[in-house]
Amino acid sequence: MLIKRPDPIPILPSEITDAGVHARRRDFLRLSIGAGLVAAAGQPLLPARAQPPSGERLSIASRTDYAAMEKPSDLEDVATYGNYIEFSFDKETAMGLANRRLRVRPWTVRIEGLVRQPRTLAIEDLLRLAPLEERVYRHRCVEGWSMVIPWVGFPLSVLLRQAEPLGSAKYVELVTATQPDTMPNLRSRQVEWPYLEGLRLDEAMHPLTLAAVGMYGQTLPGANGAPLRLVVPWKYGYKGAKSVQVIRLVEREPQTFWNKAQPEEYGFYANVNPDVDHPRWSQARERRIGEFFKRKTLPFNGYADQVAQLYAGMDLRKHY
Amino acid sequence: MGRFDAVTDRQLAGLKTVLFLLALVPAGRLAWGAWQGTLGANPIEAVTRGLGDWTLNFVVLTLCVTPLRKATGWVWLTRLRRMLGLFAFFHATLHVTSYVWFDQFFDWGEIARDILKRPFITAGFAAFAIMALLAATSSNAMVRRLGGRRWRDLHRSIYALALIGVVHYAWMVKKDITLPAAYGAAIAFLLGLRAWWRWQERQRQLAGAYLKKPKGKVIPIAIKR
Repeated sequence: MLIKRPDPIPILPSEITDAGVHARRRDFLRLSIGAGLVAAAGQPLLPARAQPPSGERLSIASRTDYAAMEKPSDLEDVATYGNYIEFSFDKETAMGLANRRLRVRPWTVRIEGLVRQPRTLAIEDLLRLAPLEERVYRHRCVEGWSMVIPWVGFPLSVLLRQAEPLGSAKYVELVTATQPDTMPNLRSRQVEWPYLEGLRLDEAMHPLTLAAVGMYGQTLPGANGAPLRLVVPWKYGYKGAKSVQVIRLVEREPQTFWNKAQPEEYGFYANVNPDVDHPRWSQARERRIGEFFKRKTLPFNGYADQVAQLYAGMDLRKHY
Repeated sequence: MGRFDAVTDRQLAGLKTVLFLLALVPAGRLAWGAWQGTLGANPIEAVTRGLGDWTLNFVVLTLCVTPLRKATGWVWLTRLRRMLGLFAFFHATLHVTSYVWFDQFFDWGEIARDILKRPFITAGFAAFAIMALLAATSSNAMVRRLGGRRWRDLHRSIYALALIGVVHYAWMVKKDITLPAAYGAAIAFLLGLRAWWRWQERQRQLAGAYLKKPKGKVIPIAIKR
């Protein structure tokens, strides 16, 4: 074995830390921490990220602001930050994959179940079903962040009426796309696929409930649920099923994805409610993406005047 | 004797400097990313979570020191342990600061309610409190004041805080527990090693290994009294 011992090397005076500097080492540490915090606090929030794929321009018949003139979030943020867990449990991975991979043509949407006239609509026909409206809605995620998004679409009621729901229909179940070749997380056994969502029929028929086909004047990016998604602005974001393929009218309350996964944490109703905490975190406040400090969360996400009467007499703590 | 079995004080000082600078890289990258706006749409969450990840990383590194020392025979590794532990505390402090400042904006009432009501915050706070105690007693003066044995027993609470830290992480995630499970496995392995050594030591004692005559030639050494 080669044994090599370094010769003792004399320490030069120039190499010894000055006693004064040594004495101030903790100040240096404090200063560094302070500088780090200041840097974090003063950050300009200017995104220098990849642009989402741009969709086709949509011709919009009318525009309505339902977000009290709040400034819409940056398109880059909306198209890159969010959940699409068929792709990944990690937000940014999921959104990136969905934007690149999700196959949106050919696409049909089937309306079935308790209807007089079951329908299968090609996405091209669906886009011409009604004049497209732009609606600026607040969007509140159950995780405690929020955005303001100009969606493009038409009321879901327009779509449902195409199939003429029967009187026995009380709920709407939405089944979303499963593409095993594009969605790697479908292999995960931690949750049960497909992603299902549901609404009570009166919620589904409410004029605020939107069948969205676009945002920011263009067709939806994959990550945001192309080519057709649900937007229910007074509910937590997870109710807004993405890439919808089947709309089924049913008599009983349908099972929903998150409710099945963690029933004590995610309810069927999922109305935005600052007074009912998620078991693991408070819902009293939210971080608006692009803002620094949290702001107060509004009951029904600020749409109480329009929707509170749907829940008259209900215990919203029980029906969370 | 291996090449790295012994290091001079000067080499150790150099090693410590390199380690110190390396240990600043993760927080530096986060600060730079926040400044440049490259941390995604929710930079505050990215910073808070990044700091949490690095707290756990440094706890794991700290727990690696003794196994690594035993495996390599490099006793000087122990002299790097305090710095690694203090860097775990450094990241934990920034992690907590980010929560207190950006999430709660110094609303102490709300913070107290969070600690009492939300198990994942209770766990995180408990781990941080233990870590603060260890950081406060990390100096040579504190070792002398407490006495070696008591100090060592106190600092073994890193085992508990590591586990509580992983529980904090696991209770925070929405559904996917892959990463908390990976940290849990790493820490369980590192703590399992220690349990194994203890068990072996106990077996040796029970077998009276210390009473038996050692094999081979015995080199007498003089002990001054």
